[in-house]
Amino acid sequence: MATAPKDFRFGNFVGSLVWLIFWIIVIVSLVGLPLIFIILFYIPLPYSNGEVITPYLFLSMIVDPTRTVPIIKFIIHTDFFRAAVFPGFAFAAMIAATTIFVERKFLAKMQLRTGPLYAGKIEGILQLIADGLKLISKEIIAPSGADKPIFWSTPVIFVATAAALTVLIPVAPGWVGADLDVGLLAIFAILGFFPLIALLFSWSSNSKYPFIGGLRALHQMIAFEIPFILSALSIVLLSGSLNLTDIVESQYSFWFFIIAPLSAFVFYISSLAELERVPFDLPEAESEIVAGWLTETSGMIYGLIQLGTYLKLYVLAALFVILFLGGWMGPQIFPQEIIPGYTGEKIYNATVVNGIFWFTLKTFGMIMLILLPRGINPRIRIDILLHTGWYKLIVLSFINMFIVLAMIYGGVITPGGLQ
Amino acid sequence: MTNEFSESLEKKLEETTKLGLEVVKEAAEDRLMKLSVGPQHPGSGHFRFTIKVDGDYIVYCDPDPGYVHRGEEKMCEYRNFIQNIPHLERPVIHDSTNITYSYSLAVEELLGIDVPRRGQFIRAIASELNRQVYTLYWLAIYGIFLGHSTMFMWPAGDRELFIDLLTALTGARVTHAFNIPGGVRNDIPDGFKEKCLEYVNYFEKRLKEYENIFYNNPLFRQRTENVGILTKDDAINLGVTGSVLRASGVAYDVRKVEPYDVYNEIDFKVQYMKTCDSFARAYVPFLDMRESCHIIRQLLDKMPESGEVRMKLQSNPKGVPGEAYKRVESGRGALSYYIVSDGSSRPYRVKISVGSFRNILALPHLLVGSRLGDMPSIYWALNYWPVEADR
Repeated sequence: MATAPKDFRFGNFVGSLVWLIFWIIVIVSLVGLPLIFIILFYIPLPYSNGEVITPYLFLSMIVDPTRTVPIIKFIIHTDFFRAAVFPGFAFAAMIAATTIFVERKFLAKMQLRTGPLYAGKIEGILQLIADGLKLISKEIIAPSGADKPIFWSTPVIFVATAAALTVLIPVAPGWVGADLDVGLLAIFAILGFFPLIALLFSWSSNSKYPFIGGLRALHQMIAFEIPFILSALSIVLLSGSLNLTDIVESQYSFWFFIIAPLSAFVFYISSLAELERVPFDLPEAESEIVAGWLTETSGMIYGLIQLGTYLKLYVLAALFVILFLGGWMGPQIFPQEIIPGYTGEKIYNATVVNGIFWFTLKTFGMIMLILLPRGINPRIRIDILLHTGWYKLIVLSFINMFIVLAMIYGGVITPGGLQ
Repeated sequence: MTNEFSESLEKKLEETTKLGLEVVKEAAEDRLMKLSVGPQHPGSGHFRFTIKVDGDYIVYCDPDPGYVHRGEEKMCEYRNFIQNIPHLERPVIHDSTNITYSYSLAVEELLGIDVPRRGQFIRAIASELNRQVYTLYWLAIYGIFLGHSTMFMWPAGDRELFIDLLTALTGARVTHAFNIPGGVRNDIPDGFKEKCLEYVNYFEKRLKEYENIFYNNPLFRQRTENVGILTKDDAINLGVTGSVLRASGVAYDVRKVEPYDVYNEIDFKVQYMKTCDSFARAYVPFLDMRESCHIIRQLLDKMPESGEVRMKLQSNPKGVPGEAYKRVESGRGALSYYIVSDGSSRPYRVKISVGSFRNILALPHLLVGSRLGDMPSIYWALNYWPVEADR
């Protein structure tokens, strides 16, 4: 219905635009700038390089951008920035958004169709924004018998738990939100919350199909958590540390994938189960139990849970890269300096940028590998799932653990690398 | 498993009632959860069945068809023999040529009409093409029921090949109204034979890919093999038909047993399997599709080059009082019409017997004792089309 009004004149339209710009300029220069000055006068600005940043100094940055370098350095080293923006939530959410788009296109190509095409001129690149807007604008329906406080809070808890995971992932040397000595253990501990959240949500929605879905999620966790942890244990033996940064740095000479391929396989299968992706999408099996524990979700509740799921996907792909594929290790391809002859304070660090590049590249490769089974496999049945988890994967991870132990005792390798 | 489990449950209930402990009895019944599958369940179609589950096992199943009953049989009594054609194909629009095929055969017997030889061949070609369309649609839904999204997209896309051919032949995509008493509505267009051969050859290559990605997939085999066993005796006693009967080891195909029109001139095998499980019921339609390609090739080869395709009828044909019973092999098994005429231009009574309704009788038998996760694979392998069963 976006038609022009009947008395539309292009000249009037342009005139109104000019007036609009005029008033914006007037208001900004007469009200906005004095306001900024007043605010800056009262707010103590941080020190940088030993000198206090005065409002005058701050505004002079508009003329000389290199003066902003100390400020940027100060900001990017705060904990808040690390948790909320770069190695943490925003970075992970951006990768998650890319993953959703890539998944839809990738799956479409596999199934001989086009996928998203119309939103945004180029290959439906804005489809995710369109979907997000649709979800936000939809009504959220809570079932009449639902336990309201739990029903409303669980989706938020789900995203928060997934975001907590992203803080623990190191993406480059020194670039991690929380560098814990027990980082690996912390990740497993937080991952253990998800089935509980699924069960809480399914129980609180007071409906039969979600309840079955929640119970299935719990079964899945019991079957796959143990091989999941055992497969990571051989890496702990190899590196001699639970700290994720240390694990990456102990792979400077070779990737642990070479020594622990069985563990890598078990880890990959278990992370598929942990993520509830095909062929392990039993908790949300559509043709059996409607949509499983997501049956009563609507609008943004569904959107939040999807966001959490894709954050989890990023975390598990990143964890695989850290444990088996050498994290950010890779040949140095970025130059040491971008602007030759620049002597001022720098924020560009060739090693870090190189690390981020390799880490993101490997993580995306892993994400593609996790997306792949959705196109080629049907859903598995719950008894086969339990059998696979308890009988096959645990045995496989034990075999690889014994191989690693034998190599360590045989003196071929030591914790931390080749002897 | 079935008998042992239900017996043990019954025994438990009996013991509790003997003791007179109502509380214990309630607790035993409390174990069961009653689920309503359909008509708004993504895995049911226009159909509902109630199941009770004990943990992961189904202990009770009650099919409840009738949500899309349209009174096709009664509607037939108010229209003349020709007018009945378009509404009779509504119950199963994906197989619309086959559902009007046996009607046309029965009316021809009542009115005493002979169909020209070229017309018989074109009928058979349209029928085989439509069988492919139906089976591909069925296979697509079977794929998505098992969570295999690629197996939904591929058959749904390849179905367009045969829809293209049928559009060229009849002028409509799905509801063709092509078979009429006396022959078919029109002759084949120019270049149809070459196009048909080309598409069928391409489709045979695609069938190999289906087998690789779906039927040979270990996860699919794990899910369907030894699941929902319908033994040969049970299959015969329950009166199932079509691919379900053939998957239980009975080589029964109406095209072979009672050849109609030109099928006695065609050389083809009746595909059947002896494993009696859900996998066999999923695989037999696939084998049928492959056999259908051979049949189409033979039909195109043996078809007379020219001639009439349709016997000219009066505008409002009347026959002598009498009755006729004819059946054909449709995508879901034997599909038969029993028509009684009182000598007027309208049928006195029309009774349609469809494969879908006969196959759904096996559902409670198969579901009780199986797992909840096997429900889609057992249900949809029965080759059931809810709208057709309700008529």
